[in-house]
Amino acid sequence: MNQAQATPDATLCPLDVESVRKDFPALHQKVNGRPLVYLDSGASSQKPEQVIDAVQAYERRDHANVHRGVHTLSQRATDAFEGAREKVRSFVNARSVREIVFTRGTTEAINLVAQSYGRSRLASSDEVLVTEMEHHANIVPWQLLCGQTGATLKVVPFDDNGELIMARFKELLSSQTRIVALTHVSNTLGTVNPVHQIIRMAHEAGAVVLIDGAQAVPHSAIDLMALDCDFYAFSGHKLYGPTGIGVLYGREALLDAMPPWQGGGDMIKSVRFSGSTYNDLPYKFEAGTPHIAGAIGLGEAVDYVSKLGMDRIAAHVHKLLDYATAQTERVSGMRVFGNAPGKAGILSFELQGIHAHDLGTILDHEGVAIRTGHHCAMPVMEHYAVPATARATFALYNTRAEIDSLFAAIDKAREIFHT
Amino acid sequence: MSDLRDLYQAVIFDHNRSPRNYGELASANRRAEGFNPLCGDHVVVLLQMSDDGVVEDVRFEGRGCAISTASASIMTETVKGLTVKQADQYFDAFHRLALGEDPGDDLELAKLEALSGVREYPSRVKCATLAWHTVRSALHDTGDTATTE
Ligand SMILES: Cc1ncc(COP(=O)(O)O)c(C=O)c1O
Repeated sequence: MNQAQATPDATLCPLDVESVRKDFPALHQKVNGRPLVYLDSGASSQKPEQVIDAVQAYERRDHANVHRGVHTLSQRATDAFEGAREKVRSFVNARSVREIVFTRGTTEAINLVAQSYGRSRLASSDEVLVTEMEHHANIVPWQLLCGQTGATLKVVPFDDNGELIMARFKELLSSQTRIVALTHVSNTLGTVNPVHQIIRMAHEAGAVVLIDGAQAVPHSAIDLMALDCDFYAFSGHKLYGPTGIGVLYGREALLDAMPPWQGGGDMIKSVRFSGSTYNDLPYKFEAGTPHIAGAIGLGEAVDYVSKLGMDRIAAHVHKLLDYATAQTERVSGMRVFGNAPGKAGILSFELQGIHAHDLGTILDHEGVAIRTGHHCAMPVMEHYAVPATARATFALYNTRAEIDSLFAAIDKAREIFHT
Repeated sequence: MSDLRDLYQAVIFDHNRSPRNYGELASANRRAEGFNPLCGDHVVVLLQMSDDGVVEDVRFEGRGCAISTASASIMTETVKGLTVKQADQYFDAFHRLALGEDPGDDLELAKLEALSGVREYPSRVKCATLAWHTVRSALHDTGDTATTE
């Protein structure tokens, strides 16, 4: 995500949202008697018909185990599974499919790196650098690793705008830093972090960099060759694909040198009681029967968003965010968390006198689905000294009218609470 | 569709806005913390127990949604003056009430009825029961952090 992509091109032909919405069956229903307004895609997005159909077609016709049979169905399943890997590679512009490891999701991808790379390389004098705005999935695996190796976890703070304090990053980065792990886009604040700069500086200091791309991949086009990070993790279910499937990108030379994480079938070349030899990349990191249907669904999701165009999607979401942000100004007692310039389509907020949990219930009553709580980012809540926030996220299928519904529902909540 | 007013009754707003027995209790000899990991709500219950096991005084502190704050407030009003055994009976009755089960008619539950609306909102039952789980920990001095899990 370079600057050019973060500021969407106004000359792009805009997304035809009404026609896009037709692809998403889940959007066309009533919830509590009101048309569903789904503003929780940051937690998990809905799936287009194309993804649902691709998964179904596989389940109905092509299912067999992969990489093992000579029979026709096994071949079909293997082709579809490996075809999905190639789609993902091309989507994020990785050099080779050997660098694309299928995992259960972002969480598993980060744990894989912590346990395989981290555990085999870190010693007690080493440091892991994360940021204050990480999702728990990019904190706890490193805490576990530090517990196992005696290494120290250091944290780069952010300012009240929601931007990383780069001066602190520079101070904390040292020759002891072995791993820098940070999110590309914050799931609570929407901040798009200056990852290019951070990766360059971390490499100069001799550290490897893992980027949590869970929120960034649905937000705009990713070019891993240009980014030059060492590891990049994301989930299918936030990219209009299935749950239970995600991706770890790893630089080939690093993956090659890393020990396997889990052992089992598919990840070995030969097994003898005197010792086993491991399979080539990426299979060395894919022990056991994978989530074949999930990978196929993810491949289809990648096709879907590619066809629409990530730049057009980003432009659409930016417009929605601008529209929503303008509306926040007229609501008295509304406090928005995260005001970084060029942020992603994520609006976290608090309403004075109404706890986020109550707001969530009242909004649901109006058919409006938002996320409430700590968003698996308790340190962010602590930063602002709030127990919870409400969060609306905007996706390719959301409309201005839906944002109007959100704010109408917020007005209703204030009326009920007499604020 | 259930009416929101069944959940957010006037009594709830009253207790949410001016919670009873809120704050510190210097004479407390029991303390327990409760935590609802789902929404980050946190409550501390302080008890002053007499030697013969009666709740002489009670306070709560913490931040939560309207349901959990009102429930904590009503809980403190309910348990004051009760024995551990009586408080346990109220815990059980309230739990049944929140789940939409019959709480029986042995106890005076009028005040607690205000929270019965949560039965239509499964994701909110835990908000209502948090303070009760916490007071139970304090009463039995288990030393654990109560959670609604
Ligand atoms: C920034 C970020 N990182 C990691 C995750 C975890 O993703 P998953 O639960 O799919 O592994 C999420 C999703 O909630 C996220 O938003």
